[in-house]
Amino acid sequence: MAANPMTQFEVYRIGPEIKIGTFDISFTNASLFMVVSSLAILIIFNLGSKKNSIIPDKIQLLAELSYTFVSKMISDTAGSKAKPYFAFIFSLFMFVLFSNMFGMIPYTFTVTSHIIVTFVLAAFIFIGVTIIGFIKHGFGYLKLFVPSGVPIVLLPLIVVIEIISYLSRPVSLSVRLFANMMAGHTMMKVFGGFVISLGIVGGWLPLSFSVALTGLEILVAFLQAYVFAILTCIYLNDALNLHH
Amino acid sequence: MIKKIFFQFIFFNFFFIKEVFAAESGGMPQLDPEFWISQIFWLTLTFGILYVVLSKLILPKISANLELRKSQIQENIEAAEKQREDSEAKLKEYDEVVLKSKLEAKNIFKDAREKALKDINSKKEILDEQINEEIKKAEQEIEFLRKSAPEKINRIAIDTSSDLIKKLIGTEINSSSISAIVDDLSKRNGDKYYGS
Repeated sequence: MAANPMTQFEVYRIGPEIKIGTFDISFTNASLFMVVSSLAILIIFNLGSKKNSIIPDKIQLLAELSYTFVSKMISDTAGSKAKPYFAFIFSLFMFVLFSNMFGMIPYTFTVTSHIIVTFVLAAFIFIGVTIIGFIKHGFGYLKLFVPSGVPIVLLPLIVVIEIISYLSRPVSLSVRLFANMMAGHTMMKVFGGFVISLGIVGGWLPLSFSVALTGLEILVAFLQAYVFAILTCIYLNDALNLHH
Repeated sequence: MIKKIFFQFIFFNFFFIKEVFAAESGGMPQLDPEFWISQIFWLTLTFGILYVVLSKLILPKISANLELRKSQIQENIEAAEKQREDSEAKLKEYDEVVLKSKLEAKNIFKDAREKALKDINSKKEILDEQINEEIKKAEQEIEFLRKSAPEKINRIAIDTSSDLIKKLIGTEINSSSISAIVDDLSKRNGDKYYGS
């Protein structure tokens, strides 16, 4: 049954089939963990912002540290102009982080290990950033593709490369997160399978690997959420402060 | 860059051959489009709610609290600074008072000392005068006594001599002749006895 390491990524329906027109929007295990992650974030941050005491307790400190962490990240990479987008990047970072972290609990489902989820997020960011760029700079935003100080001869080539690199942003952003999550979880599953198949005699080695991998995957879960958020900030920075 | 292109390549490959993968039993469940619409729908819903609640309700509260704390700390620091300045001023005042009172005490001490010395001196003078007077009186008395002493002695000598002579020879001798002899003797040996 669980011999195939990919079965952990299977999506199945929970409850009845819901259809709007021809679209199937049934509640699945993926939906469940999206709801769980969002609820966990809301509960933690609601508790953390409820008391508003001058000397914070643990949960308030957690909420405030997260707030200052994300706020510092945004102001460092995108400057003060990115302040209106703080709530979005905060939600994004927290959503990805909590989805990744919930995925580390055995028998759960990792929402971010699905390319469609990460791609929708990345595409939304890409489209949003592009719209912001055009609103802020008009057609001057196209100067993004023309770096300054490039010889005229090389310009056509550079512009093409810049356009390709710009268009590949949502792909790289989504695939980075998806691939990291999927690879890590697959690897853990494979090592877990080795523990069972090698039994009590030889199973200790893959077990120790599994333990080490768990630590690594928790690090990766945080790091990928951070990378996802910081790349969003960098793209936003390009749109807000046109450097070229 | 190479990594990026590699990932793009894989990604687009997935897009093109997803039918093949989906058909196989061991393929990636991520590429099975059966629940894609469902995932997009639920992602939009949950993330949308999360964003709205966080941005409208929770984050402003955290931000307000952070601001409040910042301003309160600033206020406290300012108040502490002010109190420090106050205490420094008070300390200065106190030092001044202490210095002043020390000076005053010194002055008072000096005055008292001078006064006492003056008193002592005046009393000493009076005492000296009295003592001198006494000494003078005593000296006068001594002088008087010394002066009157030889006469008395002479008289006693004359009386004694006349008594002795009377008892020895039984005749009365003229006291004037005896006194002449005594005077003569006392003049010769007077210095030996009285040490004038």
